[in-house]
Amino acid sequence: MFERFVAWEQDRHGYARAWKERTGGKVLGYFCTYLPEEIPYAAGVLPVRILGSHEPQDVTEAHIFGMFCPFCRDCLAQGLKGRYDYLDGIAIAQSCLHIRQAFGSWQQHVPVGYSYYLPFPHGVQSAHATPYLAGEIAAFRRSIEAWTGREISDESLAGAIGVYNENRRLLREVYELRKASPPPLTGEEAMEVVLADQMVDKADHSEVLRQLLPELADRRLERRDDVRLMLIGSEDDDVPFIHMVESLSAVVVTDEHCTGTRYFWNEVEPNGDLNAALAARYVARPPCPSKDWPRRTRIPHVLQLARDWDVKGAILIQQKFCDPHELDIPALTTALEAEGIRTLFLEFDVTVPLGQARIRVEAFLEMLRQEDIFADDLYAG
Amino acid sequence: MAGTTRYPTAPLKCWDKAKELRKTYYEEYRTAHERGALRWGGGAWSLGAIPAGLGRDVCSLTSEPYAASIAWDRKFSIECMEAVEKRGYARDLCSYMRNYWGSLLLDRYAFGGTFPKPDFIWQDHICCSHAKWYQVVTDLEPEIPHFSIDVSVGPYRELTENRLAYVVAQMHEGIAWLEKVTGRSYDDGLLIEAVENECRSTSLWAEVCTLNKAVPAPLDEKSMYSLYVLGTLMKHDRRVADFYAELRDEVADRVTRGIAACGNERCRVMSDTQPPWAFLDLFRYLEDFGCVSVGSLYTFGLIGVWEVKEDGAWGPRATPKEKGITLTDRDHALRILADWNLSKPEWQHFYSPHLKSEMMIRIAREWSLDGVMVHYNRGCEGLTIGIAENRLALLEAGFPVMTFEGNMGDEREFDRGRTLARIDAFMERLGLRRIVA
Repeated sequence: MFERFVAWEQDRHGYARAWKERTGGKVLGYFCTYLPEEIPYAAGVLPVRILGSHEPQDVTEAHIFGMFCPFCRDCLAQGLKGRYDYLDGIAIAQSCLHIRQAFGSWQQHVPVGYSYYLPFPHGVQSAHATPYLAGEIAAFRRSIEAWTGREISDESLAGAIGVYNENRRLLREVYELRKASPPPLTGEEAMEVVLADQMVDKADHSEVLRQLLPELADRRLERRDDVRLMLIGSEDDDVPFIHMVESLSAVVVTDEHCTGTRYFWNEVEPNGDLNAALAARYVARPPCPSKDWPRRTRIPHVLQLARDWDVKGAILIQQKFCDPHELDIPALTTALEAEGIRTLFLEFDVTVPLGQARIRVEAFLEMLRQEDIFADDLYAG
Repeated sequence: MAGTTRYPTAPLKCWDKAKELRKTYYEEYRTAHERGALRWGGGAWSLGAIPAGLGRDVCSLTSEPYAASIAWDRKFSIECMEAVEKRGYARDLCSYMRNYWGSLLLDRYAFGGTFPKPDFIWQDHICCSHAKWYQVVTDLEPEIPHFSIDVSVGPYRELTENRLAYVVAQMHEGIAWLEKVTGRSYDDGLLIEAVENECRSTSLWAEVCTLNKAVPAPLDEKSMYSLYVLGTLMKHDRRVADFYAELRDEVADRVTRGIAACGNERCRVMSDTQPPWAFLDLFRYLEDFGCVSVGSLYTFGLIGVWEVKEDGAWGPRATPKEKGITLTDRDHALRILADWNLSKPEWQHFYSPHLKSEMMIRIAREWSLDGVMVHYNRGCEGLTIGIAENRLALLEAGFPVMTFEGNMGDEREFDRGRTLARIDAFMERLGLRRIVA
């Protein structure tokens, strides 16, 4: 049922190369999910997210100081090792300082024909962010047109928005099914679906999602007693980690990170000005902590997800040295605990020591199960 | 580099005045409420000229230099760090931020008494930690209102009307917000005056730094820290602009008379990023070898505003007044203020390490440097971004580079002995032996 998504995720480079051969189009690697992918897609370009490979490496020490997050170094390592040698260009929408370094070093040391830095606003809560971003999207659109030699008409952009919106709707439908107890898919399976989404043509992905949804409706997993968990945090594409967690009679039912819900949660609402519509969508999306200020809008969103998906515990995962997340974690932990949702904080590196993590997760789950045993309603009568 | 040339030295005449200005700044902030004056908190890069329009009695506590003052007091700094760590904040976060939060949590002001809480927060945001810093402050002190301006609109060389307009629009909104939270009406005349002062002071500081191209250097970097700090406290204040004019004249006179900061100068280096504030004696150790650090992009460009002059060299950016521009109204003043700040050298590297490398190589060439000491500063992700690429670029440009790892504000992450050993090796590489035992 999930074989196609797993194959795409595991052979991301093979897919992109085959796509190029099949379509003759260009492939654009991007470094952060704030990039409005609809723009290159409308010009016939395949946007693919650059992710790490979770292998120890020794090629980035000369380029990125070790106090920056392992994820940005892992991403750069992929470029330095030539794993993305099929890319025709790279782009970044301004996000955290960490991943910007991967982009900057890639520009300098990994030859590509095109690169673009989109100065995405950090002040997304400002009323001025959307008009500003609309202007920047217009500039990005002109740049992509010049690079590809293809005009991005409103018609083609509306088409791209339609493809992306449909994909977002389908992913939301998959996540809606996870509200069931037990959910019809595991967290690992859901992660494979979303990860693949960042690597392949949305039209291909949606086609498989459309086949998947009715099959899921009839699927029953024997995981009724599993503890319902949520993953919150930094970028997380660590499939072995979630596999380990779910091997311990737990099931991850939702998430709040950029290889999960933050990526696809809201849709573009097309209006007369498509640049403005795109800007409104990207400004209003569930924010990365680096953009969530001065108010903490992440917290009510996370709590709502936890309530709606009936979450018992939350694992807060944080890429080591990720300052924006470190700045959110105390407030987030306090808010979750106040809501009765227990938390486990784990720091992630390129490779996660599964043995150590397993002991901590087991202890966390034991605590949650004890709370279930001693819950007040069991004493009633 | 051979030889042991000796130059005359003399203390700076305006040194005590700089110290007095700094002391007055912290005291005025502490006692502001006794006079019915306003206090705001925000970063050293905050657009302080804007709240100046609320009246002549507006005082600020800029958090980075305040936190650096705490760092210098190692015992207090450790107490601050531990107080913050007890609250669950990671110890690899910005050490300025942690010193500042610790001072707030412990309710102790580094200059005596309890922590003087600001009436409002006026911050800008280019580093990921900037607005988040004060978001945590409002977590701890929810009654303090907070306004931050996003200035992360890309490098100055690519500035467009759309980008400038975004910053200016936020400034206008900020003024309305200031009126609302303070209950005061806004005086555009005071804003215009403050913008003119800021342009003057930051240009003058760049002029002072330009004078350090001279051999021997009239100023050493350790001394410059005590001078540039005034620009981080209140760059929009006439007192600072006037002081920098006086300093410029004195430094120019030192150049004319060949007065050196280091009498044994025979080798010139620059540093990079904030130094480990509790260990500034490193710079004096260099002088034992006849090596003087003449500044850095940090010292020059954190506050100084620069431009490429007609001869192709770096020099102070001409102020609007010098260009014959008269600020006419609020919008005009805000546009000038935004444009001026967006050209700040230390704001450019947030977008690409290569922009910073270009500036560092320019300094290395124009200030006649023999080498570069790069501080891999674990305490500041904002100024350390891209630092490894800067090292590679400097090496490629032919400048020897020494790196040392440390932390500007958390002494637990600085190994003094190891750093001195590295300096020894670097000096040896530059062909220097200790002159002073």
